[in-house]
Amino acid sequence: MQIWKKSPPSPTLVKSISGRRDFLRFSGAALASGAILMAGCDLDDDEVIVDDRVSLGSGDLGILNYAYALEQLEATFYAAVLQGGYYQDATAEEQQILEDLEKHERAHAEFFRAAISTVGTPIPGLVLDFSTVDFNDRDSVLGTAKVFEDLGVAAYNGAGELIMTPDYLLVAGKIVSVEARHAAAIRSIYDSDPKSFAGDDVVDANGLDRAMMPAEVLSAAAPFFVTEIDASNLPA
Amino acid sequence: MNIFNFIDKFSSKELDAKLENHTVHTRRDMFRQVGKMAKDVAMIGAPIGAALLSPQRAMAQTSDFSMEDVLNYALTLEYLEAEFYQMGLDSAGLLSGRERSVVEQISQHETAHVEFLKTAISGAGGTPVDKPDFDFTAGGSFADVFTNPDTYLALAQAFEDTGVRAYKGQAANLMGNRDVLRAALQIHSVEARHASEVRRLRGSKGWITNAMNTTAPAADAVYAGESNLTHLGVDASTIVTVDMAGLTEAYDEPLTMAEVNAIASLFIM
Repeated sequence: MQIWKKSPPSPTLVKSISGRRDFLRFSGAALASGAILMAGCDLDDDEVIVDDRVSLGSGDLGILNYAYALEQLEATFYAAVLQGGYYQDATAEEQQILEDLEKHERAHAEFFRAAISTVGTPIPGLVLDFSTVDFNDRDSVLGTAKVFEDLGVAAYNGAGELIMTPDYLLVAGKIVSVEARHAAAIRSIYDSDPKSFAGDDVVDANGLDRAMMPAEVLSAAAPFFVTEIDASNLPA
Repeated sequence: MNIFNFIDKFSSKELDAKLENHTVHTRRDMFRQVGKMAKDVAMIGAPIGAALLSPQRAMAQTSDFSMEDVLNYALTLEYLEAEFYQMGLDSAGLLSGRERSVVEQISQHETAHVEFLKTAISGAGGTPVDKPDFDFTAGGSFADVFTNPDTYLALAQAFEDTGVRAYKGQAANLMGNRDVLRAALQIHSVEARHASEVRRLRGSKGWITNAMNTTAPAADAVYAGESNLTHLGVDASTIVTVDMAGLTEAYDEPLTMAEVNAIASLFIM
């Protein structure tokens, strides 16, 4: 049984959902209409999930869909952050950053959906599971944001060489540097080390940021994807 | 003027004619002229000798410049940044506390980038350009750059935001070699992390709103074109309900080699 609420969840509702088998679920598809779908539900009762599997496709289109999947993850995450208790109580600076990141990631996700539509078929909105995130807790929210932003940077850095069309590479470049700006800002407000914005944990001795290939990225992000993502046809 | 060494490799009559016909009055004018010539060279599209690095995959070579040219261009920008940060750290009383920690971390990366690029160029059989002599006052425009932290950090922001745009503008020219492209992207995102942090240290957002220049009026060229809303033919403002500021912040724009040279050259003696 699944109860979808086609309006942004109230902080109260977010707070009321707890327990090991309950989880928050958001769908990237709802981004298109500006609404957030959410349900607290029991995994065992939901057959939609079992059959929910999408293929990213192949070639450049596959890479664009891969980027769209990651942008959905980020956009949906920040949409939920803005509904949570931590955001309500955050400092003005932190609120501004989170509001900006929500806008940017939503812009990225919707851009990919539109751009892919001009040349092929975008993947549908993905069902996402943020049950491991406590949206009322600063550490949980910023810690997750840090993981997502660093992962986004590494994902684009790794995917660049798989792109065959120069214009697509340029767009990926336009976006990845904004993800890196995000990562630095989140690290700057969250970590106590003043060098964390480009810390030695993500930048190596040659001064190079991380680069990760799609399989590695999707494996890292898998706990958040309820929809199973088939990346087997992506270029390597 | 090492940044323009690549021009030496061309010996076309048109280029010689252009050189002779340009009357150079000031250093700034000179670089503007050279920048125009670089653009002309790009339009000629003459490849510089044999490709330094053999392409690892069969694809159209889209470069106007060879891999060595692009890497030497990047090296010159990294020389500029590395020296700027080392001089900042060496300037007594200029940087302290968090600002100093941030600059230390950035300095470490820029120095590493210089060494990495020199090794990469040499390893591919090329010749790394020599480090130019820099004038970070830009002929006196920023006279207090190493005594006033505000001036210093404003220039740091301009250099980092320029660096992001410079690497972005060359990515397509590196598609012939995926190892080189990957490394360039890995440097590109580090420059963006730097830019974000320096901007925020100065009270700006970590991202660029519209084409807003929050440094000094002289640096408008660093932000020119950042307000672009159209990507892959899709006008972002028609597909999502995000305000104009947010839409422009969500995308960083590239600069061409000539545009970056025009900026960097103000600081090259």
